[in-house]
Amino acid sequence: MSWKQLEEGAVVKGGTSASYIVSGWRVKRPIINESKCTNCLICWIYCPEPAIVRHEGGKVTIDYDHCKGCGICETECPPKAITMVREP
Amino acid sequence: MAEAVRQCDVDVVAAYPITPQTIIVEKLAEYVADGRFKGEFVPVESEHSALSACVGASATGARVFTATSSQGLAYMHEMLYNVSGMRFPIVMAVANRALSAPLVLNADHSDMMASRDSGWIQVYAENVEEIYDRTIQLFRLSEDPRVMLPSAINFEGFILSHDKERVRLLEDEPILKFLGRPRPKHKIDPDAPLTFGAIATPDTYYEFRMQQTEAMNNALHVFEEVEMEFESFSGRKYGAVDAYNTDRADVIMVINGSAAGTMRAAARALNAAGEKAGVLAIKLYRPFPMEQVVSHLFQTKAVITMDRSISPGAPSGPISEDVKSAMHLAGLTKPVLSVVYGIGGRDLSVEDGKNIFGMAKEGNSFGTPTVMYGVKA
Repeated sequence: MSWKQLEEGAVVKGGTSASYIVSGWRVKRPIINESKCTNCLICWIYCPEPAIVRHEGGKVTIDYDHCKGCGICETECPPKAITMVREP
Repeated sequence: MAEAVRQCDVDVVAAYPITPQTIIVEKLAEYVADGRFKGEFVPVESEHSALSACVGASATGARVFTATSSQGLAYMHEMLYNVSGMRFPIVMAVANRALSAPLVLNADHSDMMASRDSGWIQVYAENVEEIYDRTIQLFRLSEDPRVMLPSAINFEGFILSHDKERVRLLEDEPILKFLGRPRPKHKIDPDAPLTFGAIATPDTYYEFRMQQTEAMNNALHVFEEVEMEFESFSGRKYGAVDAYNTDRADVIMVINGSAAGTMRAAARALNAAGEKAGVLAIKLYRPFPMEQVVSHLFQTKAVITMDRSISPGAPSGPISEDVKSAMHLAGLTKPVLSVVYGIGGRDLSVEDGKNIFGMAKEGNSFGTPTVMYGVKA
């Protein structure tokens, strides 16, 4: 690698955050209890990553590749359908 | 660092986290929670706010401390000049980290060098015990009535900030006796109102800055006094510069920061093999100890200057410019090889040191452009 070969201004291709797996950062992972979930989408709104995926009809699932285990979803979920559980 | 702050009877700490300084402030927060640090800990929303809060606190006559790095130091840049202009003896730890862009967390001196004219006293430490000692010394130096200027203790991020080394802690008593309490000429007092941060006109601004310049010059000899006093109870002394083999060397390397230690090892190895290498470590950077630096360079054949920051468009880096100016003022004409190293945390090894000494030995360094040592060609 030569200093002459690098892209000026350190501009890199797009989509790098999506391709970067951060699952190793977690100490706890969120588990959604589907029977309690009311599909209000509040967790999806609050997730900072975002690591919560919104599906047809308002169903939400956790993207464990990008979840860093911050626990905001557990705190914000109104029906308490999300629980943070220690990683094995 | 946090222990030094605790022992120095600091009244107020206002700081904002930034890698690699965060652990200092986290430790202090722990001390507050445990009741070990009796001062006020003010969490703020930015480094600019941190230094602003420090200004307010210092104006009441409190002993104030803060810490930052890189972008944080850059963010408080405008306040740096306000602190020195208002003559507040704030002490700040700077865990030197390269400035973005590109974003990097690792060490170089670009952050402090970008603020080197801010009127702050600047000291560079080489190891953890020195950081501890200097923090204590700088409160004493800054608060001296002949100085009354803020100080920055610089140490490389990660290399020193995250370094686990033995430190021989000093007792609380002698430190408190050494420091006493701040004795500012003026204090904010609702019963005796004063105006702080007044406007000056072109008729007087220059004169206020002249006062600051004088104070910075005073700091040179007050620094020596402070070191002697500190030695009397700690048994430790560092000097404004540290000279290794400079009275016998044919090539002397002038360098600041922790890499000085590595370069000394390189010089020792070379000398064991029959070479004549010397290392002059700059510990006090502002005020620049011109006479001391020059006094060590008289008999050598060549000088190498090492900069851990780049000054784009300048003849060479900050350390190099200062050394060459000092030499010129003393009438010393010698080949100077200006070298830039360690940018963005790039490592400098003993082997690199030997290579660099070798470069200067190869003959006349006059007219050679700055060597960007270690860049991937």
